[in-house]
Amino acid sequence: MKNLKFLALGLLFGIVLIKSEVVSWFRIQEMFRLQAFHMYGIIGSAIVVAMVSIMLIKRFNIKTISGEPVIIPQKTFNWGNVYGGLIFGFGWAITGACPGPLFAQVGGGFAVVLVTLLSAIAGTWVYGLLRDKLPH
Amino acid sequence: MDFIKQPWSWYVAGPLIGLIVPALLLLGNKAFGISSSLRHICAACLPAGIPFFKYDWKKESWNLFFVAGIMLGGFVAVHYLSNAQPVVINPATTALLQKQGVKDFSDLLPLDIFSFSQLLTLRGFIFIVVGGFLVGFGTRYAGGCTSGHAIMGISSLQWPSLVATCCFMAGGFIMAWFILPHLLAL
Repeated sequence: MKNLKFLALGLLFGIVLIKSEVVSWFRIQEMFRLQAFHMYGIIGSAIVVAMVSIMLIKRFNIKTISGEPVIIPQKTFNWGNVYGGLIFGFGWAITGACPGPLFAQVGGGFAVVLVTLLSAIAGTWVYGLLRDKLPH
Repeated sequence: MDFIKQPWSWYVAGPLIGLIVPALLLLGNKAFGISSSLRHICAACLPAGIPFFKYDWKKESWNLFFVAGIMLGGFVAVHYLSNAQPVVINPATTALLQKQGVKDFSDLLPLDIFSFSQLLTLRGFIFIVVGGFLVGFGTRYAGGCTSGHAIMGISSLQWPSLVATCCFMAGGFIMAWFILPHLLAL
């Protein structure tokens, strides 16, 4: 089953999210009030490690396990990056969770977060519905 | 086991999260990102003829396995790898939140806000339901979340992701500093 390796990576990610308290509402409040380095350290060091890894993959032309060249999809700018970004920021500070932590919290037994997750799915659905009418 | 059961430092957790990016690329040319899974769930369960949800979501099913793994990881970490201590945050944050009306600091989330008994109060509805809606709507409108833009996008030097990440932070600051105190007081 070729998808099981992604399940395993997700499992590792979920464990890290809980153990580093990224999933904690309190940690997110601390971050947005600039009262701790913790979250900035996590996101910042994750970016640096990912950046160096991608540079190494490109520099040494490292292939995937099935021998394909690594392709990184390019993102093009649209104003949704700004408007949507601000809206997500509001939601992040209220719920204390971005999408990854929502899944980890539900798995961790915070059953009420299932409602938050369903509401996030509803939000995505409404975006799909209104997409043509929104400024991008 | 003690060092596993304690909360992990940023310099352990951050690099581990960063390594997921090359792992996904090398295991199958997959770009790190979580919020797309919400779109795939819509496409799978309720496409309703909306063009945005008309695509072959099964081709992206790896992403659904990945988020299922995150759920499983949450279960494993909470039940087997935790010491069940309250989250240690800056005492200044605790004092501020107490003043703003948060009472329960015993768990990862304030259980006096995030619980089924609060769901039908105005405050609980805003934190649990409205907040989640903004996360789902905003991430899709922005084209990604903290993983897809802040980590995957910035680390692959894509400036639209830097713009999006700055807006995530700006939105969070505006909410935390100017609006959240009023919401907590409801």
